Amino acid sequence: MLLKLKGGKVYDPANGVNGEVRDLYLRDGRIVAEPGGDVRVDREYDLTGRVVMAGGIDLHTHIGGGKMNLARAMLPEDHRADPVRRTGVTRASCGHAAPGTLAAGYRYAAMGYTSCFEPAILPVNARQAHLEMGDTPIVDKGGYAMLGSDDFLLRLLAAGEDQALINDYVAWTLHATRCIAIKVVNPGGISAFKFNQRKLDLDEPHTFYGVTPRDIIRVLTRAVHELGVPHPLHVHGSNLGVPGNVDTTLATISAAEGLPIHLTHVQFHAYGTEGDRAFSSGAARVAEAVNRHANVSCDVGQLMFGPTVTASGDSMAQYRNAPHGRPRKAIVMDIECDAGCGVVPFRYRDRNFVNALQWAIGLELFLLIADPWRVFLTTDHPNGAPFTSYPQLIRLLMDRGFRNERLAQIHPDARAMTTLGTIDREYSLYEIAILTRAGPARTLGLADHGHLGPGAAADVTVYQDQADRESMFATPEYVFKNGELVARGGEVVKVTWGRYHKVAPAFDRGIERRLGPYFERFLTMRLGNFVIAEDEMQAFGHGAELVTHPCRR
Amino acid sequence: MGVCYTCPTMPKSPAPDDIRDVTCPFCGLACDDLVIGVSGERLAVRANGCAISIPAFEASPPAKTTPQIAGRDATLAQAAAEAARLLRDAREPLFAGLGTDVAGARAIARLAERCGGNLDHMNSPATMRNMLALQDRGWITTTLAEVRNRADLLVVAGSDIGRRFPRFYERCLANRETLFAEDRRCEIVFLGSALPEGMPRQEPPPRLLPCDPSRLHEAAGVLRALVAGRTLQASEAAGAPIGAWRELADRMLAARYGVLAWAAADFDLPHAELAVLALCELVRDLNRTTRFSGLPLGGSDGDVTADAVHLWQTGFASRTGYGRGYPEYDPYHLSGTRLLARGEVDVLVWVSAFDPARGPPASAAPAVVLGRAGMIFEQEPAVFIPEGTPGVDHAGHLFRTDRVIALPLRRLRPSALPSVADAVAAIEQVL
Repeated sequence: MLLKLKGGKVYDPANGVNGEVRDLYLRDGRIVAEPGGDVRVDREYDLTGRVVMAGGIDLHTHIGGGKMNLARAMLPEDHRADPVRRTGVTRASCGHAAPGTLAAGYRYAAMGYTSCFEPAILPVNARQAHLEMGDTPIVDKGGYAMLGSDDFLLRLLAAGEDQALINDYVAWTLHATRCIAIKVVNPGGISAFKFNQRKLDLDEPHTFYGVTPRDIIRVLTRAVHELGVPHPLHVHGSNLGVPGNVDTTLATISAAEGLPIHLTHVQFHAYGTEGDRAFSSGAARVAEAVNRHANVSCDVGQLMFGPTVTASGDSMAQYRNAPHGRPRKAIVMDIECDAGCGVVPFRYRDRNFVNALQWAIGLELFLLIADPWRVFLTTDHPNGAPFTSYPQLIRLLMDRGFRNERLAQIHPDARAMTTLGTIDREYSLYEIAILTRAGPARTLGLADHGHLGPGAAADVTVYQDQADRESMFATPEYVFKNGELVARGGEVVKVTWGRYHKVAPAFDRGIERRLGPYFERFLTMRLGNFVIAEDEMQAFGHGAELVTHPCRR
Repeated sequence: MGVCYTCPTMPKSPAPDDIRDVTCPFCGLACDDLVIGVSGERLAVRANGCAISIPAFEASPPAKTTPQIAGRDATLAQAAAEAARLLRDAREPLFAGLGTDVAGARAIARLAERCGGNLDHMNSPATMRNMLALQDRGWITTTLAEVRNRADLLVVAGSDIGRRFPRFYERCLANRETLFAEDRRCEIVFLGSALPEGMPRQEPPPRLLPCDPSRLHEAAGVLRALVAGRTLQASEAAGAPIGAWRELADRMLAARYGVLAWAAADFDLPHAELAVLALCELVRDLNRTTRFSGLPLGGSDGDVTADAVHLWQTGFASRTGYGRGYPEYDPYHLSGTRLLARGEVDVLVWVSAFDPARGPPASAAPAVVLGRAGMIFEQEPAVFIPEGTPGVDHAGHLFRTDRVIALPLRRLRPSALPSVADAVAAIEQVL
């Protein structure tokens, strides 16, 4: 079937297309070049006046895994407030901050997103993460495997093992967990907490292993780089949420020693200690560092006002944050000598000084970081806000008037502590397309996503060009996934199942001679059962295809 | 004679084609190191079996594998059609039992939603004791490998863990060598009326703090007060002198990594969720100064699996209904037992693929049973589709008691029996 999308204004930054009126042709799930004159078009969509982009890509969203399911279990009130009725096409589900996977997939698709990546997969929990992503309809998906608090790695580091062995272990982890990137969360800190160590600064030794978070970042950035994994080490840094952690963030950049590094939800890591309340914005310093260091990329993790839940692998930080949660309940877990997790609900309020300043800090980061190819649009769903807040966030970035109106409503002391009101910048549609499509695809190494050139996957989102950018981005007119129309006017019209994306760098299988005895002596699962087989992934994802992207070596 | 819970069988002439690293689906530990010998349809546990797994794996293959409609033989297609006919007309179907694997749980969830029915796992009287506490305050918990490597104190609250999870001590506490020590000794303190039989022979030996297990919430309250340094007027609590509780509180505070374990299935008291809540809050209090974690033990008959799958799809676990076209959770009104007792069920779909002894409850409503082949009934069901056992007759996945580990299950022997997912697919096709 050949589809023609006619006359839309195409924003395709990966191919340098900035609002040109162009036709697109979709066939067999791909964008194809304009076919010869006598080829019959089966269906034509008149997109005059519409804005056309590739399907959105969320490179950091907690859509699957044990901690999200714990959040769901703990918050029935969140679900009761937001039921999702069964329709002729879609199943029933519910939830706002911790939605069911079914609701999450439908809402992402209706909002024009076609790929989502779970950024914190504990290797021992990878099956559950892939099952949950498998039950997330329509969108393509993939995951980042967490390392850095697993005892196996920490033992290697403490023993001074060489980088080659660490590389093999990292590659083996990607193989066993079928993931696309490597994540580190509070490097060494999740483990340290199990030893009753309550904080772990970048250059502070782990109480048992003696290694520092800097050591962990150094070897993991090197491993990811030497293996040729496209996406840099994805770093949730030390001291999340702690006033003054801007210093930690800047030092974390230095820990990469010039190799590529991605700082995630950097808003939570951009705090100073100035002012009467010893809490201030460090956004300018972080933005300046990102601007200066071409090896650094980041996603913001913007906070938006309203109720949500924080679900994180960072058990140390979540235990510390639990008393501030609303409602007052929290889950913390230590998990399998692998990592841990913590779940704490929050209600972010614009009348709360800290929340209001956090909101402003996130926006400062977006607006002060110059290169849109190195900053990505996230709310660290659901930690900063549910992903359904993206349209309002886009409007805040594109519409200075709206932004300043909102700024006028926040806690006045917070307003006094931010430079946000003096920043005139407004993002263009082209730049938004970079932040939400082209940039994420490039950093993840997804060569045929995030753009609309011939050969790309036919994931296309069509918006009406409205002055109210929130309304525009909330309700795309058409969403195509693999060339099929899956949503129209904010409603899902067809349910499909997306693909899994992963990488598989080569490694010396000798690492299994170390892992086998390690599993036998210390763990409670057999090595053979730990590794996920490819046919399992297909079963998880309702027949989903598993796509392996090339590594650079 | 005491029962030995940790009795790895002597290999019976081990064969080179024994299947290794087999996951056992018959309790929540989901041990995945079993060695199984296969001869035709007969299985033998060669190594790492226990009092539960050996009879479960070695049970004679079922004689009758034919689907039944009201006791008469039928084909799968005919049985599925009859089940679909009953469900089509049903206005209040109840999907209960829910003893199945991940694929089966996915299938049942889809079917229940389509039929506008209610869902409740057969173990929910036990699992709700934990779920209600979790929903009220959250909790701090740990997993089996952490216990295996870190625990220097295990407090067992009123549960005979070894009876329900025979290899627990062997797999998590018998090891001297850990990641952090060569000679780890974990103290075990049992809170209850008597030390259960079969507790591990180890140094130091497990000790009993004699108390009334029906007053565990009181025990937890007293321990919380003592941990917080309060002075107590009472001289006893839960049937034990305050001095005994003070000693235990001190020992808990001095632990480097303490674990408080319980099996909610053993808390058969009114308002047991309050006892669980109190234990969880005690654990939380201890974390002010040291590291302490709860270890809720469960997971038999796929209860952790069924809850996990429905939770991630919809946000709710057991006791959820689709009567209004979207999932509604009501732990009181949507209890399967209560619905049946009040006659608020017009078709009962009973799923139980692991244990043939866990058949459908008595019910005035016609029953469609997707039960393990070999199940025997007091009341002939309207439809019986004999099922293969996950991890024996077909492959699949199962969640372990600590919730975040999903193990692969394998097909061990040739079998023509459908899985629950297969049976549901057959019903859906004609619904």
